[in-house]
This record gives sequence, C-alpha cells and structure tokens, in this order.
Amino acid sequence: MANPEATTLKPEPRQTQPGPEKIHTWPHLVAKEFLCALLFLVVILLYSYYVDAPLRELANPGEPENPAKAPWYFLGLQEELVYFDPWFAGVVLPSLIIIGLMFIPYIDFNHKGNGYYTFGERKFAVTTFSFGFLLWYVLIIMGVYCRGPFWAWFWPWEKWTLAFPTPPPLWSLPAPVGVLLLLAYFGLGTWLPARRWKDFYQQLGPVKYGVTMFLLLTMIGTILKMGLRLGFSIKYVLQTPWFNI
Amino acid sequence: MLPDLKEIGDKITQNNIWKSIFRHGYEDTPRNRMLQILGNVWLHIHPTTVTKGSINISFTWCLGGLTFFVFLFETLTGVLLMFYYTPDVNRAYADMLDLSNNAIPLGRLLRNTHRWAGHAMVITVCFHMLRVFLTGSYKAPRQFNWVLGVILLVLTLLLSFTGYLLPWDQLGYWAITVGTNMAGATPFAGYQGPFAELFGFTIDNDIRFGLLGGTSIQAPALLRAYVWHCIGLPAMAGGLMILHFWRIRKDGFSGRL
Ligand code: HEM
Repeated sequence: MANPEATTLKPEPRQTQPGPEKIHTWPHLVAKEFLCALLFLVVILLYSYYVDAPLRELANPGEPENPAKAPWYFLGLQEELVYFDPWFAGVVLPSLIIIGLMFIPYIDFNHKGNGYYTFGERKFAVTTFSFGFLLWYVLIIMGVYCRGPFWAWFWPWEKWTLAFPTPPPLWSLPAPVGVLLLLAYFGLGTWLPARRWKDFYQQLGPVKYGVTMFLLLTMIGTILKMGLRLGFSIKYVLQTPWFNI
Repeated sequence: MLPDLKEIGDKITQNNIWKSIFRHGYEDTPRNRMLQILGNVWLHIHPTTVTKGSINISFTWCLGGLTFFVFLFETLTGVLLMFYYTPDVNRAYADMLDLSNNAIPLGRLLRNTHRWAGHAMVITVCFHMLRVFLTGSYKAPRQFNWVLGVILLVLTLLLSFTGYLLPWDQLGYWAITVGTNMAGATPFAGYQGPFAELFGFTIDNDIRFGLLGGTSIQAPALLRAYVWHCIGLPAMAGGLMILHFWRIRKDGFSGRL
C-alpha cells in the first residue's frame, strides 16, 4: 500500500556538503595495522636475540637484595618513599593518580580540541597532563639509574659503594605549624586561582573546580615536599600520632 | 609449453569446496573491499570505511592497536611458556634455567620475547594514553572509554607485576617484596598502615596477607601470582579490551579531517 504522505513529502535533499573523506578499511587501514605488527615482531625478535631477559640467583628470603628495586614502572612510587610514608607513596598516591585519571573526562569542560592535536586551544589541560606524565618518567629514570645500595644517590657513571656520606639528620615541623601550613597550601591554593581566573572557576563550578585543584595541588605538593626534604632536611610536614605527611 | 596459469587458478577457485570456504572473490571492487571486512569474523571489528585522517600514522601512531597486538603476542608466548613452567618453589627457577639454556628448543628466545614484549606493552599503553589525551579523544561522547582505558592501564601494570615473581629469582623475589609491602601500609586495611587497629587488621589477616596467602612470600604467593598472571588478569584484561573496542565503534572514532 502506498504511503499517503509519500506523495506530499519531498525527498530529503541529499547532503550537499560532503563529510570527511571516507576510504575503505580494506586495504588501507588493515595494511597499516599489519605493517605495524610486523615491525613490532621484527624489533622484538631482534632485541630478544641479542639481549637476554635478566635472571639472578635463586630467590633467597634470607638475603635481601640491596637495593631491592620494584619493577621499573613502579620506581616512581618507590622514589616517593624517600619523601613520604608507605601509606601515602605506595597506596594513597597511586590511588589518587588512578582516580584522577578517570576523572579527567568529567572535569574537563573545554569542548575544543576533540579529535586533533592542539596546544593553543587547551593550554591548561595539555600542560598539566604532560607535566604529570613527564614527572612520572623522570622519577622512574631517577629510580632506575641513580639509586644504589640503601637507596643512596649515585650517578649512573659512579661506582656503587657503601662509603657514601651519612645523610644529614632530619627534622619535622611541629604539629600546629604543619596543620596551618597544609591548610594554607590547599586553602589558598584553591582560593587564589579562583579569584585570579574567574572565568575558569565559573565554567567549572565549585565541585569540578574543587576536584581539579585538589588533584593539581596534590601533584605539585609532592614535588614541593621533595624540595623540602632535599633542601631543608624536613622529614614530615605534619606529624601526628596516627599518620605523618 | 607454459601451463596456463589462469586455467589452473580457475580450476582451484571455481569449485564448490573453494567457494564453501571463501565466501567472495578477490576481485578488487568496492563491494569486495567491504565484504573483506564484513565477512571476516576477526576483521569485522573494523568499520568498512574510515575517514582518511583518522588512519594517518601520525594521529594514533598505531599505539592502541599495537598494545592489543602485544597482548595477543604475550598470550601466545605465555601459553607456550606454561607448557614448560611449574609454579612450584622447588621447580620454577630450574625451569627458568632450562629455558634460558635452550634445554628446551628455542626456550631462550621464547622467554626473552615474552619478557621484553611485556615491558613493551607497558610502554605502548602509556603512550597510547598520552596520544588519546593530546588529541582530546576522551571528550564527549568517549568519556567512558577513557575510564575503561585507565582500568586497562592498571591491569597491564598488574599483569607485568605478577609475572615478575614467577622466575623465583632474587630480582623478582625482592621486587615483589617491595611492591607487596606497600599493600601492608594501606590505611585501615594493612597491618602497618594508619588506623589498622580500628578494624583489627594484623599481619596475618590484612590485604597483604590476602595477596600473598601468607605473612611472607612463600609457595602460596608464587601460586597466587601464577594464577592471577595466567588466568585472572588476562581474562579481565581481554574482556575489557572487547568492551573498549566495542565502545570505539559505538562512540565513533575521534579522528576527523
Ligand atoms: C590494554 C590496553 C589498551 C588497548 C589494547 C587499547 C586499544 C585501543 C585501540 C586499538 C584503539 C583504537 C585507536 C588507536 O589505536 O589509538 C583505542 C582507542 C582508544 N583508547 Fe585504548 N587501549 C588500551 C588502553 C587505553 C588507555 C590506558 C586509555 C586511556 C586512559 C585508552 C583510551 C582510549 C580512548 C578514549 C580511545 C578512543 C580514541 C579515539 O576515538 O580517538 N585506552 N584503544
């Protein structure tokens, strides 16, 4: 049966503006994937032919390795153990990194720069992320190449010895000072940028802004703590009977 | 006289057996190009056409696809290693030596490739994440696929981490000691963490104990690492990858141009 409306409706005009140019997946994409895979195989086979996977002596629970290093991709966190207690460096910090990564799509309000490389349209996002990515790898490089017995610092060209100078004694800030300092850091760190960059704050709204700044300040804070420790021998900024930061 | 190649070719392909296996010809027509994707169970994960810009190497650097390929490669070499490796503290190290000394044919190459490709996967997944970030591809409507990706990143690290213990040598033993000691410092739920007393967590009932199956790294820890490494984590990662790829199709790929 004929559709009565069909005669009254004009056919939809064909899309006049052509969309992005389309090409066939076979062979264009499939060929590239195949070449990538092949290239990978060649590289990994050559590398594995010349370089053996490490294998040390049989595991001996009675004889710790010195230094005992985690696998390289966790050495950034192990490096942070110098500056923080294990509950923070080994648990809270990685958890915050994972949660923070998951939050990114939900706190980034900027609709520009979706699907192409750009710095100009997303200065803040690209800078922050690249900085964090770089930091992760810088810490790893420090951990892999510059840490020797007892986690003491050795340049890669230095020989590991046990005769390194005793590190200077460490001290901690009194608890009230620590509380004030942390409150000031996170308080002012959140409040001042909101005043300075009003647009940024208003576009995000208080919740997303709060989350963004908390994550950002935590990242910067870990670096500041490294500075306090290396420059001023400060062990803890905040010391309490239950936990230390 | 030269044999007539076309005639031989026709003999091979123009019969019921051939046609029952290969469902369409290989004449280079647009229709066949599409069928090549649609008619192939492995390839039809792709759309039949893609935008020109999105397959530029300099857009994805092939990093997601490479990560997936390395995962498949690890699965294959991993299964082969399972034929020769016993997760027993009295056997594991000796099995490693047999592999490294080529007492098992191609054992050294097998072990080396599995090891180095594992490291490679960590690197490619990190840089895949970097590329997705720098192209803003996590933005609407692809937010959730980014979240899936982050979980995949964590699973990739855990896969590599659990594998580290299996050779049962000093390197792996103490690396895993350092790593799992962190779990003992978990606030509330680790015996050395802040507030552990609150819920009565001690060295023999906290998170670390659950991971190791003991208070230190012994035979149960090796078995646990093995089961997670060979079954638990690959199954989870594989399942999530399927979801990850499904979402790319449903959300649409970000590359335009
Ligand atoms: C085992 C890990 C992973 C595998 C096998 C994988 C695989 C892939 C593949 C094959 C693609 C297609 C495009 C490309 O090759 O770049 C893709 C896209 C994507 N991946 Fe992953 N990925 C993994 C981890 C991640 C991670 C860690 C993230 C982010 C945190 C992520 C986020 C995304 C997003 C958002 C897309 C869509 C990109 C777009 O539309 O441009 N993936 N992934």
